[in-house]
Amino acid sequence: MTAETAVGTIGGRAAKFRTCQFTGLKVDTAAQTLIKVNAVAAVIFLLLGGVMGLLVALTRWPAVHLLPAELFYLVLTGHGANVLLFWIIFFEVAVLYFASAILLNSRLATPKLAWLAFLLMVAGAVLANVAVLRGESSVMFTSYPPLMAEPIFYLSLILFAVGTLIAVGIFFATLVIAKEEGTYEGSIPLVTFGALTAAIIAVFTLASGAIILIPTLLWSVGLISNIDPLLYKVVWWGMGHSSQQINVSAHVAIWYMIAALLVGAKPLSEKVSRTAFLMYILFLQLASAHHLLAEPGLDPSWKIVNTSYMMYLAVVGSMVHGLTVPGSIEAAQRRNGFDKGMFEWLRKAPWGHPAFSGMFLSLVMFGFIGGISGVVLGTEQLNVLMHNTLYVPGHFHGTVVAGTTLAFMAATYLVLPLIFQREIVWPTLAKWQPYLFGIGAGMISLFMMGAGTLGMPRRHWDITFSDAVIGYEPSAGAFLMMGLNGIGALLASVGGAVFILVVVGTVLFGKKVQSGHQLTFPLHAGGGKAASEYGSHATTKLPGTAVLVAIFFVSFVLYYFINWKYLSELWLFR
Amino acid sequence: MSDTQSEETGPAERQEPIPMMQRILDSPFLLLFLGVVVPTVLYTIWGVMEVASIPLAQ
Ligand code: HEM
Ligand SMILES: [Cu+2]
Repeated sequence: MTAETAVGTIGGRAAKFRTCQFTGLKVDTAAQTLIKVNAVAAVIFLLLGGVMGLLVALTRWPAVHLLPAELFYLVLTGHGANVLLFWIIFFEVAVLYFASAILLNSRLATPKLAWLAFLLMVAGAVLANVAVLRGESSVMFTSYPPLMAEPIFYLSLILFAVGTLIAVGIFFATLVIAKEEGTYEGSIPLVTFGALTAAIIAVFTLASGAIILIPTLLWSVGLISNIDPLLYKVVWWGMGHSSQQINVSAHVAIWYMIAALLVGAKPLSEKVSRTAFLMYILFLQLASAHHLLAEPGLDPSWKIVNTSYMMYLAVVGSMVHGLTVPGSIEAAQRRNGFDKGMFEWLRKAPWGHPAFSGMFLSLVMFGFIGGISGVVLGTEQLNVLMHNTLYVPGHFHGTVVAGTTLAFMAATYLVLPLIFQREIVWPTLAKWQPYLFGIGAGMISLFMMGAGTLGMPRRHWDITFSDAVIGYEPSAGAFLMMGLNGIGALLASVGGAVFILVVVGTVLFGKKVQSGHQLTFPLHAGGGKAASEYGSHATTKLPGTAVLVAIFFVSFVLYYFINWKYLSELWLFR
Repeated sequence: MSDTQSEETGPAERQEPIPMMQRILDSPFLLLFLGVVVPTVLYTIWGVMEVASIPLAQ
C-alpha cells in the first residue's frame, strides 16, 4: 500500500485518500482509522470474554469444577456479553465501514459522528463489565425478569445500542453518498449487499432492544412495578435472535469477500446470491420465535408461521450461500489452473493462508454443526428434546464461535496488512491459529450438543444435583461429554490466545507495509476487482461442490430423522 | 447489468430497462422498510397480541 495520500474535497468535506497497492481501492483515511479502532476494541473484548468462557467451561468440567456458584453465574453473564455483544458488534461496525466506504471507493459519511458512536459503544461496554463485576447483575445473557440487574447494567446496554445505531446510520449515509458521488458503477458489490443485509437486520434488532430494555431499566430503577415475563421474552428475542442474524449476514459477506480477495472468486450468480440475502432480510428475523417454542402462552399458529413456513425460506437462503461460496471458489480455482479431477481446486487452495483456512473452516462448521442443529432445535416438535439443555449452547457455539468468530478472525488476517498496513508477525503461528481455534470450537460445540442430548442442563453449576430434594444423577456418558468439552475449551482458548498474540504483535511490532512490499500471505492479483465490482461468473462445471453439497444433504436428512426417531421413543403410545 | 465478469458496461449499453427485481435489490431503503415491517407485523405485533390475550388469573 502506498504511503501517499491524495486530498480531495467531496461534498464539503476534505477527505484524504490513499490508493491500496494490493487491491487498487481508494481508502478514505478517516474510515481507515475508524475501522482500526473498532477492530482493536473488538479484540480487547474478545480477550476478556474468552478468558471468561474458559473459566465457565472449567467450572462445568466435573473433574475441575473451578468457580464457586455465585462467581460462575457472574462470569457466565460476563462471557455472553463480552463475546456475543462487544467482540462481535465492534467487529461488525468495522465491517460496515469497510463494506461501504472502502469497497465503494467512497468517503465515509460524518467521521465525527462515527467517533461519537465509537465512544458511546466503548462507554457502554466498559460500564456493562463494571456492572457485571460488581456482582449484582448476574442475570445471564437473556436477563429474563423477574431476575433483576442493577440499573447501570441496562443503561450500559442501551448506551452501547445507541452507539451501534449511529454506526448503522452512517453505513446507510455512506451508501447514499457513494451513489450520489458516483464512486461505483451499476449495483453495489455483493459483499456490500451482504453488509446491507446485516445493517437492515440491525435496525430491527436495535429497535426491539430499545422497546424492551428501556422499560426494564425503569423497572429496575423502581418506576415500573412489574414486567410481564412472557411479554419480555417475545420482544427481547426480537433483539436476541435477530442480532445473531446480523452475525450470519456479516460472516456470509466475509466469506464472499475472502473468496474474492484470495482466489479471485466472483459470485456464480449475483441474482441468486442477492435473492438469498433478500430471504434473510424478509424472513430470518421471524425465527426469533424458535426461542419460545416451549412457552405455553403462545399460540401454535404463531410459533409455526414464524419458525416453519417463513423461516425455511431463510434456511434456503443459507443453503444457497453454502452452495455458491464453495462453488465460486471452485470456479475461480479452475480458472486459476487447478482444473484436474474432482478436488484439485480444493487441495491446491491456499490452506496455508490463515484468512482462507479460517474462512473455509467457518463455512464447513457453520453448515454442518451450527446449521443442522439449528434447524433441529427450531422444529417445534423436536425442540422439546433439547430445550434448555446444553445442546442449545452447543448449537450456538457452532454458529457464533465456529461460524462467525472464526470468519471474523480470518478477516482480521486481511485487515492487518490492508488497513493497519502491518506485516503479520509470526506467520507460522498465524498459519496454525485457525486450525487450533477451529478444532477447539468444533469440539466444544459437538460435546455440549452431545451432553445436551443426554439430558445435561445448560447454565447449571451443580450437575450432580447434590442438594436437590429429588436427586438426579446424569449418565456416565454425559459426564464424559463434559470432560471432553473441557478439553475442547482448552484447545479453543489456546487458539484464541494465539490469535490475540498475533494481532497485538502485528499492530505493535509488525513491519510497516511500504510501496512495492511483498505480503507474506499474498492476495490474488484480481482480488480487489473481484470483491468490489458487480458481476457474476456463471458456470455449472462444479463437480467438487456438488459432492460436498450432497454430503451435506445426506448428513442433514439423516440427523433430522434420527431426532424424530428419538422423539418417538420419548412418548410411547401403547 | 451483464452477467459476465469482464464485459465493459459503458453508459451507452445501459439503455435497456432495468429489471424490476434488480430495481428492488438496488433500493436499500425499500429493503430496509421491508426488513423492519415484515418481522414487526408477523413476529412482534402478532406475538404481543397473543400474550395480551391470555386471560388474567383470578
Ligand atoms: C474459548 C472459547 C469459548 C469457550 C470455551 C466457551 C464456553 C462456554 C460455556 C462452557 C458456556 C456455558 C454453557 C452453560 O453452562 O450453559 C458458554 C456460554 C455462552 N457462550 Fe461461550 N465459549 C467460548 C467462546 C464464545 C464466543 C466466541 C461466543 C460468542 C461469539 C460465545 C457465546 C456464548 C454465549 C452467548 C453463552 C451463553 C451465556 C448464557 O447462557 O447466558 N462463547 N460458553
Ligand atoms: Cu435464534
